[in-house]
This record gives sequence, structure tokens and C-alpha cells, in this order.
Amino acid sequence: MDHSGISVLFEGTNFQRLLGGLWVTVRIAAVALIIGLILGIMLGVLRTFKNRPLRVILRLYLEFFRIVPTVVLLFLFYYILPRQMNFNLPGDQLATLVFALWVAAEMSDIVRGALISVPQHQKESGKAIGLNRYQLYRYVLIPQAISLEIPATINLATRVIKTTSLLMLISVMDVINIGQQIIEANNHSHPTGVFWVYGLIFLFYFLIDYPLSWWAKRLEKKRLERANG
Amino acid sequence: MSSWTIIQQSLPVFIKGFELTLWLSLIGIIGSIIVGLIVSLLQYFKVPVLHQIASVYVEISRNTPLLIQLFFLYYAFPVIGIKFGAELCGIIGLVFLGGSYMAEGFTGGFNGVSKGQMESGKAIGLSRWQLARYIVFPQGFSLSVPAMAANVIFLIKETSIFTVIAIPELTNTALDLIGMYYRSNEYLFVLVIGYAIILIPLSIVLTLLEKRVRYGSFGN
Repeated sequence: MDHSGISVLFEGTNFQRLLGGLWVTVRIAAVALIIGLILGIMLGVLRTFKNRPLRVILRLYLEFFRIVPTVVLLFLFYYILPRQMNFNLPGDQLATLVFALWVAAEMSDIVRGALISVPQHQKESGKAIGLNRYQLYRYVLIPQAISLEIPATINLATRVIKTTSLLMLISVMDVINIGQQIIEANNHSHPTGVFWVYGLIFLFYFLIDYPLSWWAKRLEKKRLERANG
Repeated sequence: MSSWTIIQQSLPVFIKGFELTLWLSLIGIIGSIIVGLIVSLLQYFKVPVLHQIASVYVEISRNTPLLIQLFFLYYAFPVIGIKFGAELCGIIGLVFLGGSYMAEGFTGGFNGVSKGQMESGKAIGLSRWQLARYIVFPQGFSLSVPAMAANVIFLIKETSIFTVIAIPELTNTALDLIGMYYRSNEYLFVLVIGYAIILIPLSIVLTLLEKRVRYGSFGN
């Protein structure tokens, strides 16, 4: 007989399994973000230096990660690392690596953008009172850039979390992959289960991302209010 | 077989995928701009009830991944009796996602118009509608250009996710070929080139536009 679809979520260990999958998803996003942000801040500062070859290389790195869709990036690493370089990584570590490199690229642009939008006279005043390059960044540019870059960084985090939905494509046991297994296993007993399982995953993503983007919006609004009165 | 022969033989299939990616992107982008414009106007004029609905839509659309939106449309909706073909699902999903991004872009532009401009308009006695028509919209639209351009690139890249509902666009074509012939290097190469042909020129235009808008407002 047909059961009502929603009960599929609570049968056996289904709900715990979905939460376990969600944890895999969140862990990959978090580790990738931490590595990517640190690397990205360093690259972003380097991109404001006058050294031309360095700037060109970092710009190319950014453009590559910007132009190639994330799905394609995942598959590039998934196929090319083991076959060309004999470098085998489990799916979750591979995904963490790809996401971290992608976050670093995007973050470098956020940091660079924030640093160059500090008004020119601030930089000149700093130089006029005899600050060296390190002091200029430490006391003048970075503190002023931070309020500009935090909302963009939070938004980047929400993007990374959304992008983890692609993990299932390289067979990582994330929340969507587990959801699919539950749907397939219960297809006969719960034909409408698909609606509830995907509905729950939809809700999971929303519950993680909505508070983050709300926070980013609030910070951005505060910043604009301070800037424009 | 040499790599070059492999690539040559696959080109006709890839060109089909390329065209499909372009078409779906184009329709999706136009749809997104229309939805985004409607949503941002509802929010700008604070149309009762509708602007709350618009806000809920924006939050749901922006805070969930396209992949889940597509799975919902393609696999879950048929259960409650609503069925679309894969390509239509893709377009609906892309417009659902893109509409909110475009709306945020327009709204950002409208909000970016400086307070001084608004106050000067009010001081010379412009009505709310005149203020919108002569001050906010002309300046707001040009301020939203960089965001629009970034959204266009974002949406084109998002079409790569259509592969999960088996739409034979660029990414799906490449993955299919790899699955059949195991020549991953060649097919991935063509795949990356395919996206580069679309996105590099667009990205250059975006940078130029950003420079112009920046010059317009800051003079450097």
C-alpha cells in the first residue's frame, strides 16, 4: 500500500543519514573557505603591488577560475589529476581542493577591489607622514578595506555552500547523493517521497544560506549609511 | 588515434552543445532581466502585498542552489502532476534563479543614486513618479550595469548545471563523450575552449563597462 510521502523522511535512519550528508557538505564548504580565504587575502594584497609579471599571473589565475564553470573545474581535477599526474585524492578532498582554489581566486579580487577603493588621498597622506609599505597596508589600507570586503566575503561563503550541491557529480556522499539513495530505495513504498526529500534538502540549504546573506545585507546597509549619512 | 583527430571528430557534436548552451543562456538571461525588472519595480514602488511576495521570492531563489531547484522542477513536480520537458525545466530554473540576481542588481543601482540627487529633485518639486522617471531610473540603470554584466556571465556558467537533468548542452556533451570513449583530456580541452569563446569577450566588455562607470562616478 502507499504510505504518505512525508513519512519517508523519518523511516529507519533516513533523517540521520540526511543530516550526516549535510555535515559532509558543510565540512567541505568550511574547510575550503578557510584555506581559500587565507590564500585569497595574500593573493589580493600581492595584486595591488606594482610588480607587473606577478600581477599578470595572478590575473590569469583569477580569470581561469572565473571563466570555467565550477562543474567543469571539478571534472578537470577529477579526470586530470589521477590520469596525468598520478595523484589520487578521495572525492571529498578533491572537492575541497577545487573549492579552496576557486575561493582564493574570487577572494583575491574582493581584497584587491577593497584595497584600491580606499581613497587615493588616504594613501598619499600615509606616505607623506613617512609610513613604509608594510605600515601603509597595516594601518591605513587594510582597516579601511575590511568594512568594504566583509559583506562580499559572506556572500562568497553563501555561494560556496550553494556550490557544494555539485559534490554529487563526483560521487561524494553529500546530502543530495544520500537523498537520491533514499528516494530510490523507497520509490515503491513512497512514490511521493521524492517531493519531500528534495523539499527537505531545499530547506536545509535555505536555512544555512539565508542567515548568512541576511547578515551580509545588514552589514552592507550599515556601511552605506555610514558613508552617505 | 591522435588527439587532433579525436577533437576533429567530436566537433560537430560539440557545436550542437555550444549552440544549445547559447540558446538556453540567451532565453534564460532575457527572462531573468524581465523578471528582475518587474521584481525590482515592485520593491521600488513598495506595491502592497506584491512587494512582500517579491522579497520572499528573492530570498528563496538566492539562497538555494540551482541544482536543487532543477531537481525539484524535474523530479519532484511530476509527483504533484506538473510535468515539463528537460529544456523547459532548465529555462524555468535559470529564470527563477536569475530573476532575483537581476532584481538585486537593479535595486542596488536605484539605491546607489546619491541622496543629494534625490533631495535636489524633491526641492524643485518633483512628484514621486517624476523623481523615479527623471532621476532614479536613468542614474540607477547605469549604476546597475556592472552587476547586470556579472549576472550575465554567472547565468551562462550556471547552464553547465543543466547536465544533471541530461540537457545536451556543452558540459553534458563532454561528459557523455568521456563516458563513451574515455578520452578525457581532449574532450575537457574542447569544453573549456567552448566556454572561453563565450565568456572571454564578455568578461572584457564587463571590465571596460566597470571602468566607465567608475570613471563616471569617481573620475579615476
